[in-house]
Amino acid sequence: MGKQTLIPIGPYHPLQEEPELFKLFCDGEIVKDIKWETGYNHRGIEKLSEAKTYEQVFFLVERICGICSTSHPFAFANAVEEIVGCEITDRAKYIRSIIGELERIHSHLLWVGLAGHFLGYNTVFMWAWKYREPILDLFEMITGNRNSYAMFRVGGVRRDIENNKIHTIRTVLAEVKKKTDLLTGAVMDDPVIHARTKGVGILTKQDVLDYAAVGPTARASGVAIDIRKDDPYAAYPLVNWKVITAEAGDVFAKAEVRLLEMYESISIIEQCLTGLEKTKEGEVNVVVKEIPEGYGAGRAEAPRGEVFHFVVSDGSNSPARHKIRAPSYVNIATFKKSCVGQTIADATISLAAVDPCYCCTERLAVAYDQRSGRKIMNAKELIDLSAGKTSELKKSLMKRNE
Amino acid sequence: MDTDRVIEEFRENHKDEVIEVYKKSEKRAVITVRPEAILRAAEYLYKRAGLRFIIASALHTKRGFEIHYHFSKDETGLVLNILVILDKENPEVESLSNMFSASNWIEREMHELFGINFLNHPNQEKLISDGNWAEGVYPYRKEFK
Repeated sequence: MGKQTLIPIGPYHPLQEEPELFKLFCDGEIVKDIKWETGYNHRGIEKLSEAKTYEQVFFLVERICGICSTSHPFAFANAVEEIVGCEITDRAKYIRSIIGELERIHSHLLWVGLAGHFLGYNTVFMWAWKYREPILDLFEMITGNRNSYAMFRVGGVRRDIENNKIHTIRTVLAEVKKKTDLLTGAVMDDPVIHARTKGVGILTKQDVLDYAAVGPTARASGVAIDIRKDDPYAAYPLVNWKVITAEAGDVFAKAEVRLLEMYESISIIEQCLTGLEKTKEGEVNVVVKEIPEGYGAGRAEAPRGEVFHFVVSDGSNSPARHKIRAPSYVNIATFKKSCVGQTIADATISLAAVDPCYCCTERLAVAYDQRSGRKIMNAKELIDLSAGKTSELKKSLMKRNE
Repeated sequence: MDTDRVIEEFRENHKDEVIEVYKKSEKRAVITVRPEAILRAAEYLYKRAGLRFIIASALHTKRGFEIHYHFSKDETGLVLNILVILDKENPEVESLSNMFSASNWIEREMHELFGINFLNHPNQEKLISDGNWAEGVYPYRKEFK
């Protein structure tokens, strides 16, 4: 084996909500192997959950992720309601689905923006985040919070969506739909984005099955799994929608799946709003007095894929065991397939393509020569490398068109 | 209906290894098997029955260490839990990671947090606390305060 250069991405970097360290082992420009280190921010939530009451656990699991903060309470509610064996009211089902789908739209917009940023398309980044704002405003109106909505409880939801708010939601959604058209057009028809993302970071169907990847990461490789269809919960069996898939398994396919999913989400919300109008205001809760002994497996389709909660109850008021599996847990592992063989400039977008919970942390990436320890490249230069490739491509395409 | 068939076929293929079958509903079932049969059981479910491995949950109970291997049959929404009960003192079980990569991380995590040993694991290193946690102290065991 020739000399390999180690490029660490992390431990503090914007790809994850938690700090994580990717070690890219490179031979020249090509990534030969990748290693992953984590645990910088392990909070022991599963253990903490055993010391909380069922009501408190909702607030705890909501804080697992800042972006898809409703998917964990969603799965937990499904798990506990399975133990109890209770059926929630139709209105609560509609409200749960509305919250879940609004979250999907804002999460996918956030991803499109960040993917644009990694490619050096800051206009896409700013557009997508600007269009995401009205969704967050809707959340504030419905739940009182822009994030961490605290809407779920065993047996229903905490707050009703009053019928007089439905009109505003419809108006905002119509506007978001227009903007989604604009964004989808801009991304799907751009020859430079095609050149940067097609054939990059490919995951084959077999890879998906091997790593048990879920969500858009699996669907972009032609594996049509979606918990909303496969194990229907909340209002998803009551509305019409379809599972979006693509075949190529590359970064472009993943972007395509996410963009087209936003239309499905808008359609689901519209149907749920019609459902709300048919049900009686205020009927959003059933009383659950006790959680009996038993097991419950709750699943929910988060923007990134299946969230799985396994709750063991011993009949007391807190879980005896609570296992949580977020979608990124299985999706991140696929990096070993999607990144190896790519150039460093494509590694950033390949890592970004599975939409690992991006969030608050700052990036600190320094490339150094493994033997001499000399610094070669810092974080900004790494991003510039990716952006530079885009601008080179742009120039050559422009020349060809002249 | 379909769930009954999955359970029945599983039973056929693992005659002496199934200890108990509990079908809670059409979409949830728990099959308890002998620990030494887990590799064959998982191989059957993954390769022949076409189920997807979701994750595994370890439990520390009075009976010892229990592992629920959760499998999903996505066509019908069935979550099939394969339960193994391991020894109290020396919990160990065959690793599934040579068959599919999906179990690699979770087995490392269970090894680290519960002290369960996975035999023939390709790299049973620490997953989340490398270099900053004491050896032989397992925080998710019940005695840990």
